[in-house]
Amino acid sequence: MVEETNKKAEEESKNIKIVEDATCTFCGCVCDDMELHVDLDEKRITKAKNACVLGRAWFAEHTIEDAPAAMIDGKEVTIEEAIEEAAQTLVKAKFPITYGLSDTTSEAQREAVAITDYVKGNLDTTTSVCHGPSGLAFQGVGESTSTLGEVKNRADLVIYWGGNPAESHPRHFGRYAVTPKGMFTPNGKKDRTVVLVDVRKTKSAGVADILIRPNPGKDFEVIWALRALVKGNKLSANEGEWFWGVNIEEETGVPLETLTDLAERMKKCRFGVLFFGMGLTMTRGRHFNSGALLALATDLNKYTHFVAKPVRGHGNVTGADNVVAWQTGYPFGVNFSRGYPRFNPGEFTTVDTLSNGDADAALIIASDPGSNFPKKAIEHLKNIPVITLDTKSTETTNLSHVAFRTATYGINTSGTVYRMDDVSITLRPAFESPFPDDETILKKIKKRVHELTLKKIHPGGASCEAKVAAVNPL
Amino acid sequence: MSASIRIVNGEVYDPKNNINGEIKEICIQDGKIVDSVSDEATIIDAKGMVIMPGGVDIHCHIAGPKVNLARKLTPEARRHDVHPSTPFTRSGSGGNTPSTFAAGYRYATLGYTTVMEAAVSPIGARHVLEEFEDTPIIDKGFYVLLGNNIFLHNLIREKRTEEFEQAVAWWVNATKAYTVKLVNPGGDEPWKGKRNSNVSDIDEKSDDDALSPRQIIEAFVKTVNKQGYPHPPHIHCNNLGHSGNYKTTLETMKTAGDLRAHIAHIQFHSYGGELGKNPISKAAEIVEYVNKHPNITCDVGQVMFGKSMIMTADAPLAYVLKGHTKGKWVNADTECESGCGILPFNYQEHIYMHTLQWAIGLELFLLSEDPWRIILSTDHPNGGSFMAYPKLIKLLMDEKFRHEEMKRVNQKALLKCSLPELKREYTLNEIAIITRAGPAKALGLESKGHLGVGADADITIYDVMDDKEMMFSTARYVIKSGNTMIENHEFKTDSTGKVLHITPEYDNKIEEVLKPFFESYYSIEFSNYAVDGDRYLHKHEVIKTN
Repeated sequence: MVEETNKKAEEESKNIKIVEDATCTFCGCVCDDMELHVDLDEKRITKAKNACVLGRAWFAEHTIEDAPAAMIDGKEVTIEEAIEEAAQTLVKAKFPITYGLSDTTSEAQREAVAITDYVKGNLDTTTSVCHGPSGLAFQGVGESTSTLGEVKNRADLVIYWGGNPAESHPRHFGRYAVTPKGMFTPNGKKDRTVVLVDVRKTKSAGVADILIRPNPGKDFEVIWALRALVKGNKLSANEGEWFWGVNIEEETGVPLETLTDLAERMKKCRFGVLFFGMGLTMTRGRHFNSGALLALATDLNKYTHFVAKPVRGHGNVTGADNVVAWQTGYPFGVNFSRGYPRFNPGEFTTVDTLSNGDADAALIIASDPGSNFPKKAIEHLKNIPVITLDTKSTETTNLSHVAFRTATYGINTSGTVYRMDDVSITLRPAFESPFPDDETILKKIKKRVHELTLKKIHPGGASCEAKVAAVNPL
Repeated sequence: MSASIRIVNGEVYDPKNNINGEIKEICIQDGKIVDSVSDEATIIDAKGMVIMPGGVDIHCHIAGPKVNLARKLTPEARRHDVHPSTPFTRSGSGGNTPSTFAAGYRYATLGYTTVMEAAVSPIGARHVLEEFEDTPIIDKGFYVLLGNNIFLHNLIREKRTEEFEQAVAWWVNATKAYTVKLVNPGGDEPWKGKRNSNVSDIDEKSDDDALSPRQIIEAFVKTVNKQGYPHPPHIHCNNLGHSGNYKTTLETMKTAGDLRAHIAHIQFHSYGGELGKNPISKAAEIVEYVNKHPNITCDVGQVMFGKSMIMTADAPLAYVLKGHTKGKWVNADTECESGCGILPFNYQEHIYMHTLQWAIGLELFLLSEDPWRIILSTDHPNGGSFMAYPKLIKLLMDEKFRHEEMKRVNQKALLKCSLPELKREYTLNEIAIITRAGPAKALGLESKGHLGVGADADITIYDVMDDKEMMFSTARYVIKSGNTMIENHEFKTDSTGKVLHITPEYDNKIEEVLKPFFESYYSIEFSNYAVDGDRYLHKHEVIKTN
């Protein structure tokens, strides 16, 4: 007790604030049990209790930098000037694109979709370069899935396919899927069998009871063989060992016995789960791989309860999918140029709108395509006016025409994020930022864009402005 | 900022105030209906038009996690049904699971101004409220799924009645819901925990420790009635869609005794015959019970031929249907509280079962002695889209049209029901009851569903036409909270509408009982679970509990 009081006194003297049950938005796990110790004088988080190594870095590195809140062509301007320029740029463009959105709140995402709707632009999120194929597979097959708490409570067979959560989602094992003790899994790990399927022996292999290493690019064949085995079908007319005329072990690197054993375990478990990562979705076969895996989980429901779940990356990429889907009807790759949303991945996805040279202006929110897109896309990005909203200086902000520096979600601002299993959580900010948040900037751009687009339709109409005010009360 | 409006020369249908087609002035001031307004008021000349209160949909699925999964699942259902933007309204896409904006505008176009989303898992409440803010014009509320909630089951089983009541009220407050929804009570645990099995009888227990559906229904009916929610528990009975299920439905209604209960999409629960074989109609038996028991309200859940989307918290049912469609299917389990199944479906005239479902729905309407309590719905999008309401109204109002339609359906199915003999035609006044006054009354919404002084100025004006489908497809004027949203079929402005919810009283101490359960079995922190204050409510109105 004395110790506690001392500690408290010390913290008070240092102007330390403690935020309980804060949420880490670094990855799709969106762990909401952080205890953040915030030094309000220095405006930094000194300790993030319960955070994993990635989360600790996320909280520690987000400090307030001395930088202009808004710049046009690298020169500091007022936020209002930047908003005016951003709105004018977007309204003037014939094919403006909006991209990013996975690292901001759903409130900001909603504003971004509205802007794109008003300027009849093109809307896409980082989903198109990560789990986009899973989204397409979902449209073909559907998905048997569950929230992560159900996995914790019930799953006795946990399979990770094409992912390395130990390094990408470090708390996935401990908080949701492998070691936690749940309602029907009172002994935690002891009540579960963990299988890891990956071409490499990664750090995640440590938790696996069974490690299966297919040859690179052969995931589809392995899953398809499992589907046949689950249904009790022979893999070939010629007794077992032969699969489409080739030896299955030679082809996939996985012996038939291993597959047969896994198929049996899948059918016999009480509640099975297949988590899959980009090792499956972004390698040879792409949405065919995701689709095969989702179909396998569906097939297994004939025998037992089985679910599947993509392990999503960014903190609110699931929110981006949700917001874009509820506002337009489609999850990503949406174009409004005809005045209504059209969906066509491959045409309206951002790598394509840039590489094909379609886009003539870009609004990029919380994303850095300038550093990770294909060269051709980046070259085009350099030739068009780009508007960015980001918390840091990036390759993309450096090439921007208009650059806004914004507050970090979950650290400086509240808002809503969606976990990889579609569960939404309200953020608890730690300390204030001198920079406005994404939502505030986007709301102002939206209002201005709407005024400008209406003026285009009814030039100079005074009643028009009044109606805009009625529609957009600020 | 709403101007004063005077609507003159229109034929008024306001069943709650016994106004049946009289020419009467309606005055509007500050969003409410008033006795009179000044001469400066805007005049709407409704000569040759019918004036009704804004429509009230008591049961549909338009927002939230399951609806959004359905949208993501079926781009093909929307690409040929685009919803372009106008200078004042947002764009969207339609189909049977329209985007939020399209849903709001389309409901308004039909003349509906209040809509209830009928099934939301508590953990999905925040998501629903976010979508509600993007669903324009209409007022919205939702029913929270508590019938398969493991924590609440434990309290019932342990006979901790007082804590059960407190916990129910806590959950309703925590989610900003309008009432409690039960779906296939007792069926989730066997589905998730016992290799996709289900309960098949209202008194069946999935294992020795489990509760029977009847015990669950009884507990909720008692509690909700005791706490005086404006709308009673909204019950999706066990055995939906199975032959012989009318017995379960009757037993469910009997379980309520003389306490209030609402039976959802009762058409799907009115089948006779043997399990596993083709059903026959038991609409007459069901209607008879409802007619005689004024404590019961129900909505029909009419099946309309064509494409639909099955989306239900009744996961085992969706899996059964997947066995028929053999197509794509979504299952989504929510920890400790709910299940969910989604799949595209197609009701076809030539199929016996689908025709019988269509016919039973119509029988229920046509045999009803009290239209106030047998309310129009298609369980959108399960039985068909809400966009099919005008056609359904025509089927009810026009016997000749009904007979034309009957020629196109499975004739064997028609032999197993009384539809061909039913001559009744609904009047405009009765339509106003089943689409407005009735649902508003069943929901306990005293300022909706009528045009008396003090009511919300939610008003629809239709052109009078012989073709009732055409007439009810596009309202000429729609006034929402005193603002003219649609004038001469055109949107004039936009608004978000408001959230309707209730705040039953409870003792905070219940959180101490809930917290340990959350810490053990939920994957989100207790303090992050409840919807935070008013933050997701944009505009809202608390409806009083008695």
